[in-house]
Amino acid sequence: MVGSSKAVQVVLHIVMIALSLFCLLPFILLIVSSVTSEQTLIQNGYSFFTTDIDLAAYRYLLVDSGTIVRGYLISAGTTVVGTTLNVIVTLLFAYALSRKDLPGRAFLSFFLFFTMLFNGGLVPSYMMWTQVFGIKNTFAALVVPNLLMGAFYVIMMRTYFNTNIPDAVIEAGRIDGASEVRILIQLVLPMSLPIIATIALLVGLGYWNDWLNGLYYISNDRFYGIQVILNRMLLDTLFIKNNASTTLGSQLAIAVPTTAVKMAVATLGAIPVLIAYPFFQRYFVKGITIGAVKG
Amino acid sequence: MKTFKVQTISRIKRYIPLYFMLLPGAAYLIINNYIPMAGIIVAFKKYNYQKGIFGSEFIGLDNFKFLFQTQEAWIITRNTILYNLAFMVIGTTFAVAVAIILNELNGKTMKKVYQTSILVPFLISIVVVSYLVYGFLSSNTGFINKSILEPLGVEGISWYSTPRYWPFILILVSLWKGFGYTSIMYYATLVGIDHSYYEAAMIDGANRWKSIWHITLPSLRPTITILTLMSIGKIFYSDFGLFYQVPMNSGPLINVTNTIDTYVYRGLMEIHNIGMSSAAGFYQSIVGFILILAANFIVRKLDSDSALF
Repeated sequence: MVGSSKAVQVVLHIVMIALSLFCLLPFILLIVSSVTSEQTLIQNGYSFFTTDIDLAAYRYLLVDSGTIVRGYLISAGTTVVGTTLNVIVTLLFAYALSRKDLPGRAFLSFFLFFTMLFNGGLVPSYMMWTQVFGIKNTFAALVVPNLLMGAFYVIMMRTYFNTNIPDAVIEAGRIDGASEVRILIQLVLPMSLPIIATIALLVGLGYWNDWLNGLYYISNDRFYGIQVILNRMLLDTLFIKNNASTTLGSQLAIAVPTTAVKMAVATLGAIPVLIAYPFFQRYFVKGITIGAVKG
Repeated sequence: MKTFKVQTISRIKRYIPLYFMLLPGAAYLIINNYIPMAGIIVAFKKYNYQKGIFGSEFIGLDNFKFLFQTQEAWIITRNTILYNLAFMVIGTTFAVAVAIILNELNGKTMKKVYQTSILVPFLISIVVVSYLVYGFLSSNTGFINKSILEPLGVEGISWYSTPRYWPFILILVSLWKGFGYTSIMYYATLVGIDHSYYEAAMIDGANRWKSIWHITLPSLRPTITILTLMSIGKIFYSDFGLFYQVPMNSGPLINVTNTIDTYVYRGLMEIHNIGMSSAAGFYQSIVGFILILAANFIVRKLDSDSALF
């Protein structure tokens, strides 16, 4: 931007640096605390600095207790399966809806959009999923309810098709005698990779971070994903200790570093997203920007 | 007549593959969204597990009578609305300010760094956030009690059982988690402004403040309107994790952390009072729906381009 003085620029940079630190510092507290020895933590509390590094909490979580490793696998499986299904269903629905010549298009758009305005809430959904479909304590409970397809992403993708794929391309395909399926796969899909990547990313993040489906529908702790384990460990202080016995058998003498374990487990929940973030940042910002434009 | 019919049939036939593409999504919406919508009538029933929602006995407005006789009905409504209003006013002001700062800043690399950092809290699940908060507020090992209050000679505060701090804590946490996202959204609008406007204003002798006031802010108006409209439509809904997990489901805090969503959840899963829970859910769905229609109606009157539908 042109025309603001150097002093103003310096002040603005200071403000933004302060805000960036405000956003990042809590993570430093979390990570530093997770590698501090239990004794120091009990004495000095959670802190931003430590000289007494001790990885006991991680050793306990990753080696001694199977819970976290299993939680990681469940979360990863849910994310991959859920994201794949969601992108396929969303893509098919959005593409068909983007075709301006489709009879019944207005009704179908309304049918989709109405789900953003009105919803039945938790009680009827919970009863339907548990009693009609019996999904309690199944893998499907983590993938299917609420997350498999959302009107917002469908509208985002439909808008992309309508603005970025000229009708002439589809018309040309049709004249050449290509079937609808071939038009979608061979003509439309290659032109839509940016929006597919963006939506896959947002959906994937949603699945990785989701803990509500686990909270509602999973009561057997063998099926807990990482976020649900996090939820349980903070609210139920016995959860950490109870899980100690699962693999250790009779060796209960080992003291669990409870204070550090709390921070270590949260670090493990956050770290995959933090590591992947620089790589997907571009698509993520694009997603926000598209979302900002009216669908 | 006959040719017309044949034409229509062949026209529809051409679209059959497209209808097949719609099928999985449509089936999902019916199951996941529309059946539960019909299921809200459970609020008028005495729910019986064996008979299910549609077979249970009809009891009229009894569930609502019980719900609205309690103090809680008022508390959860008040909390949900007031927190949302606070998030809306504080969150929007803050995000607009950050967007304007980003827009004014020189230096591409630093700008990227700032954008990247302020988005990080948005990526993290609310469950992890509750641990971050716990790191600061835990009464025995928290950073605030141990590293700030103790050295000052002040006695530590038992945060998770002192309700009066929580409105501020929750607003701060919500701001921390969300402002980056909204700021980038507003900033994206600003990037699109034609630079010749600013140059023309400068030639006319306008200073920075004047250009911000007369060019930057007005161009944000449609985005502000639509986001505010969406928040008003959601004013009866709250982020369950923020109000349940971040205060660690702590009993002494319930009066300042209970919202409609946490009430419905506790009624269904913890207290097993399905009558009250479903009445509160019905109340939320219906009032929420009316609010979103009303908000959209008002915006359409004021500025039809910004309306949602």
